Amino acid sequence: MRNSNHVSSIIDQEIIRKDQAKGLHNLIYVKDLSLWHGKQQTLKNVELNIRDKGITVLLGPSGCGKTTLLKTFNRLSDLYPDIRTEGSIFFEGKDILSKEIDVYDLRQKMGLLSQRPQPLPGTIAENIRYALKLKGIKAKSEQDDRIAHYLQKVALWEEVKDRLKSPAGRLSIGQQQRLCLARGLAIEPRVILADEPTSALDPISSRKIEEQFKELSQEFSIVLVTHILRQAKRLADYVAFMYFGEVIEKGRPDVLFEDPKTETFKEYLFVGH
Amino acid sequence: MTITKRLSHEYLRKGWMQVALGIILLLPFAIGLSLLYKAWPLLAPSGLIDVLLGSEWSPMQGKFGLWPFISSSIIVSLMGLLFMVPVCLSAAIFITQFAPAWLARSLRSVIDILAGIPSVIFGLWGVMTIVPIVGDLATSYGAGNATGYSILAAGIVVSFSVMPFILNMLIELFESVSIELKESALSLGASYWQVIKDVIVRKLKPGIIASFTLGVSKAFGETIAVLMVVGNVVQVPKGLFSAGYPLPALLANNYGEMMTIPMYDAALMLSALILLIIVIFFNYIAHKVIRYYHARI
Amino acid sequence: MRNTYIQEKVAKVILAIFTLLIVLVLFSILGGIFIKGLPALNWEILTQVPKGGYYFGKEGGILNAIIGSVYLAIGASLIAVVISVPTALFIHTYLFSFPNWQKRIRLCLDVLWGVPPIVYGAFGFNLMLFMGWPTSLLAAIITVAFLISPVMIRAMDESLQQVSHGLFESAVSLGFYKGEIGYKFLLRQTLPGVATAFLLALGKGIGDTASVLFTAGYTDYIPESLTEPAATLPLAVFFQLSSPIPEVKARAYAAAVVLTIIILTISISSRFISKKLSKNKIA
Repeated sequence: MRNSNHVSSIIDQEIIRKDQAKGLHNLIYVKDLSLWHGKQQTLKNVELNIRDKGITVLLGPSGCGKTTLLKTFNRLSDLYPDIRTEGSIFFEGKDILSKEIDVYDLRQKMGLLSQRPQPLPGTIAENIRYALKLKGIKAKSEQDDRIAHYLQKVALWEEVKDRLKSPAGRLSIGQQQRLCLARGLAIEPRVILADEPTSALDPISSRKIEEQFKELSQEFSIVLVTHILRQAKRLADYVAFMYFGEVIEKGRPDVLFEDPKTETFKEYLFVGH
Repeated sequence: MTITKRLSHEYLRKGWMQVALGIILLLPFAIGLSLLYKAWPLLAPSGLIDVLLGSEWSPMQGKFGLWPFISSSIIVSLMGLLFMVPVCLSAAIFITQFAPAWLARSLRSVIDILAGIPSVIFGLWGVMTIVPIVGDLATSYGAGNATGYSILAAGIVVSFSVMPFILNMLIELFESVSIELKESALSLGASYWQVIKDVIVRKLKPGIIASFTLGVSKAFGETIAVLMVVGNVVQVPKGLFSAGYPLPALLANNYGEMMTIPMYDAALMLSALILLIIVIFFNYIAHKVIRYYHARI
Repeated sequence: MRNTYIQEKVAKVILAIFTLLIVLVLFSILGGIFIKGLPALNWEILTQVPKGGYYFGKEGGILNAIIGSVYLAIGASLIAVVISVPTALFIHTYLFSFPNWQKRIRLCLDVLWGVPPIVYGAFGFNLMLFMGWPTSLLAAIITVAFLISPVMIRAMDESLQQVSHGLFESAVSLGFYKGEIGYKFLLRQTLPGVATAFLLALGKGIGDTASVLFTAGYTDYIPESLTEPAATLPLAVFFQLSSPIPEVKARAYAAAVVLTIIILTISISSRFISKKLSKNKIA
């Protein structure tokens, strides 16, 4: 019974009830999700739950579909007219993939941190101010307060407080990425989608981002895409291993990494990337 | 082939490459100097300012005030710019951001074909289509010159004849924006249109300004198409519907008598020199704009 | 939220309308010229030179202008190729590791590309007087060659930039001379680009009026040597349109149709060639 929202939503209700009985709190439910780029299938019947709070790591070799999955969560897949999906993703009781969803609303609940830092043209302050404006915060004083707040939250405030009016592009790559994180937080999301956020950074900046993720995971659900095994081990509260568009194994890291069930995952763990 | 033979062939190749490059690098200077040399007899006695800002044009009396022509040129190109900006920006955004692939492809062919259309055909089109429309407009506004051969007609024609060049530059610019930047901005909850106007256009501002600067410079030098519709009356234009006489038209219309009236050739060569200087100046501005913003972003 | 949605829709419609305007202009140009020009077009016009009384609406045709344009375009493009190919290759071989020089040359090309045809015309005229040539096919060919060389070099330069640096570097390490690499590898690799550059310049050469106004010296006869004056199609359009006699005016449109067809053929075949040739590249 693929792609029948009605049936899926009943399943959804049941699962939520069961989860809650077990003391689990899930935020996103991916149900039998398949996705095609034109004729090529990039996601195959994906089943996955994303925890409320904590870090869920999507792990796998490059090209396995983890980024695609991540970007369907906030419907960036809409950008590509040749993408077609089947199945559903439930979030706050609604199917994200349905037509009735307000994507702008949805995207403000799911902040994205991309592979390379993407500062908007303009100053450091303007980068965050733009997010605040989109959130509907118009008063200048409140904007300024929040800019300071979010910059502090990503530990960038001390470094940039004297040059808020200088172009964001002048920051170091690591600082830019933290600025982008602050900007993402400014829209007050529930979920942070992070697409290999440290892959363009130097080791020190990477460590800073990772530390912030640890902290933020107390407040937010973080979905982290990575192909770095050690990063997954360091950060994950929950892991899904993807291979050629399928979620092959998933579970808690202590269990999963100690006792891989499939040959593919064993090999992946052995090779180490 | 022996080594010596190969080597001597290589020297030949290199030699000719250097000669060819030399020709190209010297060309701007050759053009500039030859025009300056010819214009000198007029410049030396009367002084640059008098010639540039003088409004009296009567070659037989030896009066060569170029201001009517220069002012016509400025007004026509600015008018061209006025029409160019909205159309080119819209089309570039539509083609690169909104149009489905098949439509974008056919629209780009349209631009390519338009880019190949000779100036004289644009002029012909102006005479057939634009001049009558402008003439009707002029009549209904009760303008003094109701023929339609006017600054306005020239502005419209020149804007379309220059458009393909600018569009090609703009399209290349808009395509240079990474999809990740768009995704990041969209992820903040912006609509696609907001992303375009707040992020993409803002990011590309220096390139956009530079493109239009080059566009104005092209419009300045556009000769035949403008000449065919602008009316060619020696006067400082007094309104949209009044006729004008831009610099290139001056050159093109009078080259025949150039050698018959004393100093006439100097005046015409000076107007060519002015055109050259303006073009170099605009190129310089375009480069500066990009530099300036690069330093700031 | 709903507000932004409406904004986006409205913006999209406005953008589409402006884009449509460009398409309409193209159709209005082509349509207008064909509607006015086709009725005046006939076999006689295409195969005869102007006869006595032609400019009063009597017999004759524009063969002089057609042949003149063909001679001019071929001559100018050949000279332009001889200048452009070596220059473009030099930038990418001997100047491979001199980015500053590459930058300067490109700046110079940008300036030359922007110089209006009429200025080339004035320069060509000066050159002609300096060399002691008469107004002639030769003077026109040289002028147009100067006009289109920058166009050609820029287009070639662009396609040469697509070639990976690895090709040049590995060829150097194999012991080829830089010029050899240019002509044997780079040129072959960018053949479609070179062909389109050639056609682009050819089209510009055929279509340009202002640059040859001073130098070609319009004539009713087909030039038999380089030192004779020549007519061209754009000049034929331009001069005949200014005639008050309707028959002559109509011939301006007929000449415009011929010119447009030639230009369209060139631009379509350039697309075709670039598609066709890009299939047999090395690697």
